[in-house]
Amino acid sequence: MEKRVVFKHPVLPYLLLAPQIVITLVFFIWPAMQAMKQSLMVEDAFGLSSEFVWFDNFVVLFEDPLYLESLWITAVFSVSVAALALSGALYLAVQADRVINGALVYRTLLIWPYAIAPAVAGVLWLLLFNPTLGVLPYLMRGIGLDWNHHVNGDQAMALVVIAAAWKQLPYNFLFFLAGMQAIPRSLIEAAAIDGAGPMRRFWTVVFPLLTPTTFFLLVINVVYAFFDTFGIIHAVTSGGPAGATNILVYKVFNDGFIGLDLGGSAAQSVVLMGIVITLTVIQFRYIERKVHY
Amino acid sequence: MVESRRWLIWLTHGILLLGVAVVAFPIYVTFVASTHSLQDVVQSPMPVLPGGELVANYLQALAEGLGEGAGTQSIGAGRMMLNSLVMALGIAFGKIAISIIAAFAIVYFRFPFRMAAFWLIFFTLMLPVEVRILPTYQVVADLGMLDSYAGLTIPLIASATATFMFRQVFLAVPDELTEAARIDGAGPLRFFWDVLLPLSRTNIAALFVILFIYGWNQYLWPLLITTDQSLLTIVIGINRMLEVGDDQAEWQIVMATTMLAMIPPILVVVAMQKLFVKGLVETEK
Repeated sequence: MEKRVVFKHPVLPYLLLAPQIVITLVFFIWPAMQAMKQSLMVEDAFGLSSEFVWFDNFVVLFEDPLYLESLWITAVFSVSVAALALSGALYLAVQADRVINGALVYRTLLIWPYAIAPAVAGVLWLLLFNPTLGVLPYLMRGIGLDWNHHVNGDQAMALVVIAAAWKQLPYNFLFFLAGMQAIPRSLIEAAAIDGAGPMRRFWTVVFPLLTPTTFFLLVINVVYAFFDTFGIIHAVTSGGPAGATNILVYKVFNDGFIGLDLGGSAAQSVVLMGIVITLTVIQFRYIERKVHY
Repeated sequence: MVESRRWLIWLTHGILLLGVAVVAFPIYVTFVASTHSLQDVVQSPMPVLPGGELVANYLQALAEGLGEGAGTQSIGAGRMMLNSLVMALGIAFGKIAISIIAAFAIVYFRFPFRMAAFWLIFFTLMLPVEVRILPTYQVVADLGMLDSYAGLTIPLIASATATFMFRQVFLAVPDELTEAARIDGAGPLRFFWDVLLPLSRTNIAALFVILFIYGWNQYLWPLLITTDQSLLTIVIGINRMLEVGDDQAEWQIVMATTMLAMIPPILVVVAMQKLFVKGLVETEK
């Protein structure tokens, strides 16, 4: 869509665009190009000279068992976070949609964890699960389960998944509830008249109509789990124990910023860029379709 | 008619209240921990009801917060909150200001490289800080912006989502308004200031709510570029307070600081829920 009526001015539009474009070029495009360049170079141990090595960094990267492990960990982490945050939110949204009075009250009561920083959400759950003073490990000892996420990798993973899903639940709840309230009441009533019970109505009427919302949320949740959970990992486990929660974004930070492996970190950055671009394209194709829905 | 059985409604309310309780539980425990002395907090199990140290703990957190370390001065949570506030407001106002004028240029003018500019802005969506950590740090270091408020805010204020949102808003403004303004002799800036800006007021407010929370909750970026203790934001400060090695963390102070870090964004979301929901839906992210 374009405007019929426009203004004419030789320099004004450029002046208006300048701040946004300058910041984009200086802080986004230029660093991204640097990352691409560095991903094709190897620097000596003292950072004095660098050599162009084509795709050696990528070959090294994909032969590195630690990187492959990190890919696998990221996959497990993202799928778990998305599954937990989506199913929990959908379940609660179904309940909230059923109460005619008060759905908005429940929305208010469920929405606010969205305002909490991921790192802070991590700290909240860190206290709850602290092996010596946390409430939950104390209760678990009662049933003979020994909780210590400082030693046990699976438990550390469970902890960051719970913290990350908890933080994302309100967002999903909000969109699911809005999606459900947009479904015409008459469709549900027609199904009820035909004798479909609540479960049947949900799976054959409501859930199929929610598919666009679910798909949109799935993409958003995966993006969140990939990139926005850095704070949770950094504050709660620092990628440990023994790399058990070392997701890609944490690894690129750790290898580049702490380990100072420029070429390897840049190659990881480029892989991550590929992932974001793919996810963004999927998201935009979907949003475009939604407009015609 | 859809069946409505009384017990079913009660069951539904029960499930929802349980959900609310599960969601609120970590915050409650944190609040309880922030109201006890350290000895009470570290006993197992932790107390389940609030204690009497609330005022003392919060005063200590606000004034001292992160104690003196090797070569660093102490910084109170009060100062950290001020830093977070500066960062959040800087990012929110900065993003809105540069996005709204960029969208105005793209929608209301025809000029060479218009679409190139549009796509350039679009690219920022695909390049979050997380994927270009080292080179961006390098650029900021070369510009001498490390350890400054400018370094904390300016690199984050480019925004494709905000630009797109304003573009949508402007596209929905009827052409008749523009024509009327032109006939009355208004130039582009006058039109922007007197017509577009007032028309976009609620969109600006909704975006502001989202961006304030986004800015307040930043983590990776301040972690990278601030080493100066006096520029710590409160979210980073909490993390520093937990890095105590083998010592016992001062949990009651950490938790008081955590409460202080959560209160402003939660207040914003709850008080401006309508705008917040509108902002979320419009920016789709």
